[in-house]
Amino acid sequence: MQDAPTPVELLSVVADFLSNEVLPLLHGATAFQLRVAINALSLVQRETSLAQVQAPLEHARLRALLGHDGSLQELTAALAQGIADGRLDVASPDLAEHLWQTTCDKLEVDQPKYAGYVRALQLHAAARRRATDAASS
Amino acid sequence: MEMIISAAAANPSVLNASTLESLIRRVVPDAQGISGLRRLSGGASQETWAFDADLDAGKLALILRRAPGGEYRNEAASGLDIEAAVIAQLERLGVAVPRVRYVLLPDDGLGYGFVTEHVEGETIPRKILRDTAFDAIRPRLAFEFGRVLASIHRAPLEAMPPLRLLPARETLVMLRAIHLKDVTPRPVLELAFRWLADHLPAASVLPQLVHGDFRNGNLIVGADRIRAVLDWELVHLGDPMEDLGWLCLMPWRFGAVDAPVGGLGQREDLFAGYEAGGGAVDAQRVRWWEVLGSLRWAIACADMVSVFRSGADRTVERAMVARRASENEIDLLRLLQLGD
Repeated sequence: MQDAPTPVELLSVVADFLSNEVLPLLHGATAFQLRVAINALSLVQRETSLAQVQAPLEHARLRALLGHDGSLQELTAALAQGIADGRLDVASPDLAEHLWQTTCDKLEVDQPKYAGYVRALQLHAAARRRATDAASS
Repeated sequence: MEMIISAAAANPSVLNASTLESLIRRVVPDAQGISGLRRLSGGASQETWAFDADLDAGKLALILRRAPGGEYRNEAASGLDIEAAVIAQLERLGVAVPRVRYVLLPDDGLGYGFVTEHVEGETIPRKILRDTAFDAIRPRLAFEFGRVLASIHRAPLEAMPPLRLLPARETLVMLRAIHLKDVTPRPVLELAFRWLADHLPAASVLPQLVHGDFRNGNLIVGADRIRAVLDWELVHLGDPMEDLGWLCLMPWRFGAVDAPVGGLGQREDLFAGYEAGGGAVDAQRVRWWEVLGSLRWAIACADMVSVFRSGADRTVERAMVARRASENEIDLLRLLQLGD
């Protein structure tokens, strides 16, 4: 067990220092590069916090879809291969749900504010509501 | 696929200003010299420079597009000499393009490229989307995009230089070859590849001139009209619906997600302009190319992992572009699972 502060706390304080103390001193291309670097630190923060929650669920979905065990990397590769060679039914709701959830997990880390993600979430919620309404009527 | 990176602007490669100046004195009548030479931010494989030719009376604003040679090259790029020949031919046909003044020769000592006249107007998408100067033209732009595209697509091919033939099937094969280098398993991209193979357009589509990167950002827009179509690097022969689909990709909407045509209008507006310009729209094929475009953009981002890891470009920006492949994956799922 390592001592505190945690990696997330350290990343957070470094990102704040760069944003508040260093960025105002820079301009032009260097300032742009620093903004990208700060975004990279924020991404690592999000991945560090979220991976513990996301990975076990993703792993469980993959085992259920494929019917065998393996590492997350191996099972993801098997899923990609199964889609490519036609062994997996791409019309299966479980497969669609897994791809949706896994991609949302990536966006939550990579770019949670991406306009296309926000749009996709709205459309997905609307489709869910329609499905629920159809089932209950 | 060329990634637009501003890192290129931070590290301008050497352009010998006196070599350029003596060239301009030779090829532009009355030019005494050049001034105001500056690098515009732009692509990673090509440079764009702006400068003025100082004439006896006044100045002539010029643009140099060039590749110094030996750099990372776009797999689908046509080559700058081809690009210049296409632009010159389109100008003769009355299409809105910059006037080509000179095509570089090896003896000029400036690499490959060409010089055009500068065209006044705006290229920055966020300004076109928001500045009051464009309030009057903005509601018409999606329609105008369609009209301009139709004028490009009907260009007679006999007068064009030799161009790569990249119809639907060949484009898919090309993307698969690039994607084979990807070490990360990507089930969503496999889903897109399968959908595209299952819905491949008929091979009988007549090849026409395709711009290949027609979008908000590569057009010079004035308050009155579209002044010029730029960046012909990816020009080829293929399915004209490719240009219509590419224009509707999420990244070119710049946050205006409900307006598929470059954040400016609806597909119906684009299609109406295209038909008004004499083109025929096949909406299903447009959709096929929209899916292909998202896949292509995903693969271009994912490919940055190898560029980064190879040491060819160790910038933070390059590394972070690789993490944007997921944006295109969610776009693909939206297109394939949710409509739009």
